[in-house]
Amino acid sequence: MSDTTTTPTTTTADARRADAPAHAIGTRGTRRGGADGGNRPGMLRVGVSRIGFETKGYFRSPDAVFFTFLFPLIMLGIFTAAFSASGDIVPGPGMEGVSVGAYYLPGMLAAGMLLSGVQNLAVDIATEKGDGTLKRLGGTPLSPVSYFLGKIGQVFVTAVLQAALLLLVAGTILGIALPTTSEAWLTFAWVFVLGVATSALCGIALSAVPRSGKSATAVVIPIVLVLQFISGVYLQFSQLPEWMQNIASLFPLKWMAQGMRAVFLPDDFKVLEQHGEWDLGWVAIALVAWLVIGLVVSRLTFRWIRRDA
Amino acid sequence: MDTTAPDSGTTSAGLPADTDAAVRIRGLRKAYGDVVAVDGIDLDIARGETFALLGPNGAGKSTTVEILEGYRLRSAGEVSVLGIDPAHGDLDWKARLGIVLQSATESGVYTVREQLTHLAGFYPDPRDVDEVIAAVGLVAKARTRVSKLSGGQRRRVDVALGIIGRPELLFLDEPTTGFDPEARREFWKLIRGLKAEGTTILLTTHYLDEAAQLGDRAGIILGGRLLDVGLVDELGGASARVPIVRWRESDGTPHEARTERPAEFVASVVARHGGEPDALEVIRPSLEDIYLQLVHSAGAEAHDDEEALA
Repeated sequence: MSDTTTTPTTTTADARRADAPAHAIGTRGTRRGGADGGNRPGMLRVGVSRIGFETKGYFRSPDAVFFTFLFPLIMLGIFTAAFSASGDIVPGPGMEGVSVGAYYLPGMLAAGMLLSGVQNLAVDIATEKGDGTLKRLGGTPLSPVSYFLGKIGQVFVTAVLQAALLLLVAGTILGIALPTTSEAWLTFAWVFVLGVATSALCGIALSAVPRSGKSATAVVIPIVLVLQFISGVYLQFSQLPEWMQNIASLFPLKWMAQGMRAVFLPDDFKVLEQHGEWDLGWVAIALVAWLVIGLVVSRLTFRWIRRDA
Repeated sequence: MDTTAPDSGTTSAGLPADTDAAVRIRGLRKAYGDVVAVDGIDLDIARGETFALLGPNGAGKSTTVEILEGYRLRSAGEVSVLGIDPAHGDLDWKARLGIVLQSATESGVYTVREQLTHLAGFYPDPRDVDEVIAAVGLVAKARTRVSKLSGGQRRRVDVALGIIGRPELLFLDEPTTGFDPEARREFWKLIRGLKAEGTTILLTTHYLDEAAQLGDRAGIILGGRLLDVGLVDELGGASARVPIVRWRESDGTPHEARTERPAEFVASVVARHGGEPDALEVIRPSLEDIYLQLVHSAGAEAHDDEEALA
């Protein structure tokens, strides 16, 4: 037996070179960008590319699609079917009413805005923080601005599709009469845009609360669920005790639902509101206030990773 | 010796004299409350060099690397990565880095190709997506969602994402965990290709043969300090590399001797024996043997510290 066969090491330079033909990858010698980073794609362009990427990812996540996209539609179907025999809802004795389905449509539209924004983003971003997605992105030249453009853009794309689907089903299958005046649709447009933007920012802000990706749904869903019950989504707002209405008024969902009721219910129904008016000015003020709160909290709390002290 | 290895004009601490280093660390310290994770590290990594950072779990490897990557803030010391303090690295600086983290567990709803194409869009001069997919051996899986890949394949996606931006400096944190032997050899080829292109690489690994295969120099970190730094072929000093001859005497007792001239020594044993000795071995200590020697001789006390940190 010779000594060479018992030598177990492979550390010599020769062994290192043995299987070392340079692999055929990017042999272009010089960097076009140069050492200064050069022509890095702009924040806006990357942000727009992220909207498409995020939207694709959203529709490939069954949980998100079911619980934040389809849920209002399913609830509207259930409400309509369950209470169709119990007659119309009327604003007062002797006044003309609307079907249960028609009454709940504004609430479901508001719930869709909340779920698409708050529940979707709070769970999504907390999960991305937990599973290493954000850490990876934080090591790339992705601007947080582009990242949030992608998130907010995704929320807008899916919320618009969701509202369109709700209105389509309501107007056709469920036979709910939709508004015909341009004034009503204009109100719908600003309440919707402002509400979705506010929801998206509040979702980003809330994503800072869960301590891990796994606890995200456990933290977020109860908050969103309670809000829906006290804000006139599942329960008729006018029948809630006043103290509960007052608590709900502190949060944005009540105002989104009220704005949507102003669009979709006959004007007579405004007597059921807290002050007997639609109060669209207050809807705008409350939503803008929450938009600013969401923005400030997001700006202060967002980190790619939990950087230690 | 590889031409990319720094020349032998190094100081006694193994630091190259080159001041235009890709990575320059002086007196780096990181404490979490009372626990000191990194305790005074000095190190330079030259441009184009592949440096292997070795050490047991919790020795301070990941903390050091994450400070260089900008993920963690240091408690004290000076750090410069590609001429920039990582604590203040901007997006242009990040565009020059490639970071392969320890295993990420993303939901993986995107295909390999989608993920790479998207990330490539962040960089000023990305590599060709198909070229990178081919380089990591995932051509057949390019249209497969990442969630459907095996652990080793996912790891290759991580590596692909790390190099898509054509980085000047590539961080590889235990890149081949979960690879089968053939995949590791393919990966080594890929890394040699990057080296040939001039990429500076900082590799942390538990596979000492990997460090030996790829590294120009290596450093062993233990208890937050650099125990030794040197050319991979010289780590631990000449004495640690003296071949070992082991054999069994005719009465069955095992013997061991260290000698620079093993063939001569074996011949003398044969002559003395008058025949073939039992269980004869001539061993040249591998990087792994040297590493284990260094870590063990650093003492049990230091080791206990890391366990507490891990």
